[in-house]
Amino acid sequence: MSTGEKNGLACRLNIDPDKKISRRDFLGLSATWACAAAWALTLIGLLKFPKPALLPDISNKFKIGKPEDFLVGTVKIFEDKNVIILRDEEGILAMSLVCTHLGCIVSKTSKGFACPCHGSRYDEKGRVIRGPAPRALDWFEISQLPGGKLLVDAGKRVPVGTKYAV
Amino acid sequence: MHLKAIQEFFKNIHEFPKTLKQSVVRHDKPTSERARSQIVFGNIFFHILSTRIHRYSLKKAYTFGLGVIAASSFVILLVTGILLMVYYKPSVELAYDSIKDIHFIVPGGRFIRNVHRWATNVMIVTVFLHMARVFYTAAYKKGRAFNWLLGILLLVLTLLLGFTGYLLPWDQLAYWAITIATNIAASTRELTDALNFTHYFDPGGFMKVLLLGSESIGEEALIRFYWLHCIILPFAMMMVLAVHFWRIRKDGGLARPDHITEKDLEGTPEDPLSDKVFTYAPEKTYGLMCLVKGKSPAVNRGPEQTVSSWPHLVIRIVTLFMLTFAFTCLYALWLNAPLKELANPAVPENPAKAPWYFLGLQELVSYSAFMGGVGIPALALLGLALIPYLDRRDQEIGRWFDNKEGKQVAICSFVFSSLTVIGMLAFTVKFGWLRNWFPQIPQLVITFINPGTVLVACFVSWSFYWMGKDNSIRMAAIALFTCFLVGFVILTYFATYHRGPNWEFYWLQSQWPGH
Repeated sequence: MSTGEKNGLACRLNIDPDKKISRRDFLGLSATWACAAAWALTLIGLLKFPKPALLPDISNKFKIGKPEDFLVGTVKIFEDKNVIILRDEEGILAMSLVCTHLGCIVSKTSKGFACPCHGSRYDEKGRVIRGPAPRALDWFEISQLPGGKLLVDAGKRVPVGTKYAV
Repeated sequence: MHLKAIQEFFKNIHEFPKTLKQSVVRHDKPTSERARSQIVFGNIFFHILSTRIHRYSLKKAYTFGLGVIAASSFVILLVTGILLMVYYKPSVELAYDSIKDIHFIVPGGRFIRNVHRWATNVMIVTVFLHMARVFYTAAYKKGRAFNWLLGILLLVLTLLLGFTGYLLPWDQLAYWAITIATNIAASTRELTDALNFTHYFDPGGFMKVLLLGSESIGEEALIRFYWLHCIILPFAMMMVLAVHFWRIRKDGGLARPDHITEKDLEGTPEDPLSDKVFTYAPEKTYGLMCLVKGKSPAVNRGPEQTVSSWPHLVIRIVTLFMLTFAFTCLYALWLNAPLKELANPAVPENPAKAPWYFLGLQELVSYSAFMGGVGIPALALLGLALIPYLDRRDQEIGRWFDNKEGKQVAICSFVFSSLTVIGMLAFTVKFGWLRNWFPQIPQLVITFINPGTVLVACFVSWSFYWMGKDNSIRMAAIALFTCFLVGFVILTYFATYHRGPNWEFYWLQSQWPGH
């Protein structure tokens, strides 16, 4: 007589560790664990659901015009991309205007850049001089298309100081 | 011709109102104890209450009705939220205009939106105060640890509901508050960047994409926040709230002291049974008694100073609900819910401030995004959750500040915390922090040593000091809890009133430079 029957339980469960498992208990436990596994696998499968294979963002690449459009000293801000293009003697550079702290848009000041949200300050090369920003403003890769136009890839970071030589 | 059935038919029609009432309500008028109990246990909604309630639980100066007020404001939020869903359109193009429609075109729309907005404030304030009440009366002890955990979960859900509701109007404030908040979620990058393995392991970026459904804030983000705000979070809230209420009963009612004097019960309702003393064991017993814990049967003592829940408890709950409702309505008549210009992803608000209940965090975030936004809040929540598991010593519960034993610790901690937080803020405003002195300093140093982490270190050491001094974990917990609470309030006040454009310090808002 199993423990379950002794206690008057309707559904027996063999809990004696020395005893070999009965067929009924084996099937019952298999069904229970199969059920649990099905739930677990469904959940694991659903984990991928919130992240689509293709994000809805538009391309990070955009054309800015020909090199000769940028005379030395030119400053051009692409507002919809939050990128600033600067031209000096050494070449053209593309710098992000998105604060590396929490994503606010920095504005250009006489000495560099200032973030309105938490007071981060950057110098004219985008390096942090004050405030909570953890790293310098992103610099982006500039390349020339076969037609001669310049292309900025705002998805590709380059080291601070990398300029496109003209 | 048999007229009997026809007679019966007309009699039944005549008696229909009476029989209908009897089919709904099965008890008599609530004039007897029995009928009063039946009202409570025979009704699915009242059933969450016990049939009798201890007089101590009705003491005004014990609970201040804070839990009921918080739950009432949730009900108000639920109803007004469902009403707002009729007109609100969750799309980037239409959201802002639909809020304007609610404000200017929909009859009563502005009022309902105002109530929805201001009831949030009531809920957040009372949830915090309720937590403080439970903590300072040690009401998380004696089998109530799990309900305390549920309470912490409810606090988190409350804040998440406030946060997700914030994006929906799609105005400037909403857009930039959400920019900041989702970047806080991504701020583990501050750590992974410093250690140079963001490329391999980027939980921050993953969290951000999960929240926004995109790399930037747009249609996908709005739909996700809408879904969280209107379905997932309210549903989770209702489920956890139901268990929270249920557990109050199952854990033996509101926490109350073992020794209650007549003076304790002054001002609470009495009924003839509440001071009755049984001098002999009841003649009748119930088979289920063997499952009930505790001393039984009740011999030579009264039925524990209880009164029937109907009407004593019910009338108090309804009163608190009506007061909460009246307060939010007046608030809504007096002040309109804010709506700024349409969201403009190119120009941030200056200053871009989150809703007030996140401003304390925003002040911390202005020292280090990761520590202020993730590290310290996670630590605080973990600490809160662990309180009943680390402070397990048996003691008298249900009295404010442990019957004045903890009062000294609380007052000392209040003073200590006020001084350290104000001192730290003054120091930071006046002298800046590490990067102002050593511009080349690595980010990792600032992440771990900033005004926020220094404050936490001060609070923790203060707490250990009291643990040693009073030889009590409870006193250490009171010290730490008080420090965090006071710190949170001061930081919130400071960021709300003294931070202006570029997050600079200003004494008054009138000193802000014009745009």
